[in-house]
Amino acid sequence: MKSERTKGEVLLEIRDLKIEGQSDDVWHEIVKGVGLTLRRGEVLGLIGESGAGKSTIGLAAMGFARPGCRITGGSIVFDGMDLRKASEEERRALRGSRIAYVAQSAAASFNPAHRIIDQTVETAVGHDVRPRNEAEADAKDLYTRLKLPNPATIGNRYPHQVSGGQLQRAMTAMAMSCRPDLIIFDEPTTALDVTTQVDVLAAMRDIVEQFNTAAIYITHDLAVVAQMAHRIMVLRHGKLVEEAPTREMLTQPKEAYTKTLWAVRSLAMPERTAKDVVLRIHDVDATYGGVIKVLENVTVQVPRGRTVAVVGESGSGKSTLARVITGLLPPKKGEVYFNGKPLPRALKDRDKETLRRVQMIYQSADTALNPRQRVRDVIGRPLEFYLGLKGQERDRKVVELLEQIELSEDLIDRFPGELSGGQKQRICIARALAADPELIICDEVTSALDQIVQEGILKLLLKLQKETNVSYLFITHDIATVRAIADEIVVMYQGRVVQQGLKTEVLSPPHPAYTELLLSSVPQMDPDWLTHLLEKRAAAKAKVKA
Amino acid sequence: MHPLLRTVLQRLGLGLITLFVVSLIIFSAIEFLPGDFARAILGQSATPETVEAFQKEIGLDKPPHERYLNWIGGVLQGDFGSSFSSRVGFRRSVMEIIAPRLLNTLFLAGITALVAIPLALGLGLLAALYRNSIFDRAVNAVTLTTISFPEFFVAYILMLFLAVKFPIFHSLSNVSADMPFFEKLQRTALPVLTLTLVIVAHMMRMTRAAIISLLASPYIEMARLKGVSPGQIILRHALPNAWAPIANVIAFNLAYLVVGAVVVEVVFVYPGIGQAMVDAVRSRDIPVVQACALIFAVTYILLNLLADVISIATNPRLLHPR
Repeated sequence: MKSERTKGEVLLEIRDLKIEGQSDDVWHEIVKGVGLTLRRGEVLGLIGESGAGKSTIGLAAMGFARPGCRITGGSIVFDGMDLRKASEEERRALRGSRIAYVAQSAAASFNPAHRIIDQTVETAVGHDVRPRNEAEADAKDLYTRLKLPNPATIGNRYPHQVSGGQLQRAMTAMAMSCRPDLIIFDEPTTALDVTTQVDVLAAMRDIVEQFNTAAIYITHDLAVVAQMAHRIMVLRHGKLVEEAPTREMLTQPKEAYTKTLWAVRSLAMPERTAKDVVLRIHDVDATYGGVIKVLENVTVQVPRGRTVAVVGESGSGKSTLARVITGLLPPKKGEVYFNGKPLPRALKDRDKETLRRVQMIYQSADTALNPRQRVRDVIGRPLEFYLGLKGQERDRKVVELLEQIELSEDLIDRFPGELSGGQKQRICIARALAADPELIICDEVTSALDQIVQEGILKLLLKLQKETNVSYLFITHDIATVRAIADEIVVMYQGRVVQQGLKTEVLSPPHPAYTELLLSSVPQMDPDWLTHLLEKRAAAKAKVKA
Repeated sequence: MHPLLRTVLQRLGLGLITLFVVSLIIFSAIEFLPGDFARAILGQSATPETVEAFQKEIGLDKPPHERYLNWIGGVLQGDFGSSFSSRVGFRRSVMEIIAPRLLNTLFLAGITALVAIPLALGLGLLAALYRNSIFDRAVNAVTLTTISFPEFFVAYILMLFLAVKFPIFHSLSNVSADMPFFEKLQRTALPVLTLTLVIVAHMMRMTRAAIISLLASPYIEMARLKGVSPGQIILRHALPNAWAPIANVIAFNLAYLVVGAVVVEVVFVYPGIGQAMVDAVRSRDIPVVQACALIFAVTYILLNLLADVISIATNPRLLHPR
């Protein structure tokens, strides 16, 4: 896979592409003259943080601009045809049949009203590539190649009836059904757990290779793109930063910006121990609706002034644990002790003082902030509610908190919509901090952010911990984040604690089986990582069989 | 048990409970109405003895709970009791008065639904497909205008132009049971047209809005990127996910056709159930009023049940659980 292929004729040639996006009735240039060349059978990685314009460029390669965007300059020549000059009908004929698209969230991109197989064959039948029965047979063949379970019948299911990883593979089958010359993969594994990501990456890489399809692989994760692409382009603010073959890009990045892209991965704080326990969760069981067991015999301790990271894939019960601690979901069995005293099980039984001591920060600052409240009120309200501060005193404290989270006090009268993603998350941190808590539960707080912004947020959290001696329960699925910030690690799987202990203990072998799977699934910067991992796993499987 | 069947049974059970509560409310509301039926009929000069005798004859002397139980017991056996306009030796059952009226109303509602629903859906889909075009704006403006006028005004305008100036249709819709179907159809044309104009806007706008709200979904973008044509995107990718809100609005408007058409009935002298109820209220014929009210309640409950079933049947998440 990693042999540098430049053979084959040029399939796609983009020159000096300019795209504008509309915000507040003003058009801004979001792609500022980017060019790229893609040959048949070649996989090109586009990488950059959000707002770099990578998805916009990917869609432009199909001659498509999202509502609120317009292509204003340059040329997009696909196999001799300039998509900018072509009619909408001509472009529509290409889409799906010769250029296909694989979206980030398969769960959202499959129509919930139709069976998977109907959606898989829709393009092939609609574009008269092949009759329905042939297309269905072909879809089942693709499902088999993509290693979907029960390939003959899985297509009869509705999208909500299969898992995210399976759906992502089904979407790849959908893209493949017309044997396109080019596939645009737009962050196809970002929404998946690391353990699922490995299989999906392998399946996608295989099938692209089997049919010698050219691909543009868009992601913000350098380690992922290293497994997939022959060549990588780094983008920032709608401009090309640098371009190089994959191995060269990984070993000798030229630009300073490229080097910062894996900043978080280099951040690693030595662990600290502590005796004084703030929070103790003892033998807790929790259920939804009294039936579905989501936590079983969970015992976790959080030392004062320390960070305990809870890791696991989705459905492992990490977020449920947070709900139990905050009282949103009273446990069915067991107790939660705070400073040695049992916490009232339900939220409504807790007094203001108890509520003040435990605060929460959420994954998506967009939904956690009221869009109609100014920063002054977002941070001021907990000050007023918990500490009874009013008027000038309150405002003074708000400014102080803004300083603490390293934001300018000029932002005090902004609405959340006028802030960047990182700034919004900082406001959420300040809101939690305003209550002067002893424990902050951070639920995937950096997952929605770019690497550089992530690094800033993590450094801020560490700084605040040093200043206020607050404890963090840090829920995440990202091992790099754990390495960066945790003192102790709790590994969860299917509602149970699989392993827990100090960071170095958990991260160094030998591991219990699940921890091993989780840790080995984290993509490495080595472009041969996926190949080697698959070989190793195949060998292990063969050994078990023998 | 299939989840759909279970939901239908559940909703039916709830509907029965609702109906029971409604029957209590109807009965007690009428009980609290001021005035005395017997005195009103017999006039100011009636002696207390004659009033008492008359009350005894129609059963008004018994205590309310006994009368309620008698009434509801009869209803459960399909007997809505006797009209107060019955005389000794000449019993007029409530069913006898209401049944032909109800059939007329259902006929009018049915024909209107057959015209209005496809029209509203079609216009709504086209408006969504060509959103913000001249066509979209024109359809919106026209339908909004027609619901902005009071129904009787629309009715009289139609009558003026389509019956008086250009005598295409009948201005009076006094249909009878023995009339041939096509004559009936011709005579009801104007009320059908009036009611259509009144209800199309609501359904059409909801169809348009429900479809457009889905057009920003990732799966619609995906369909575009798969090269699906704009018409197919609306029909095959948006509409199947939009049935729930549309069905609710349709059910609401169908119920209106049954229970709210009284103004139109009066204008066109159409012998429907709305008019029957108004007449009964005027003559204080309480059993008829009660029966009409109960029929209206059943209409609402059944149509809402139907809308719920459609919402579930078009949602694969509910129809095919994991």
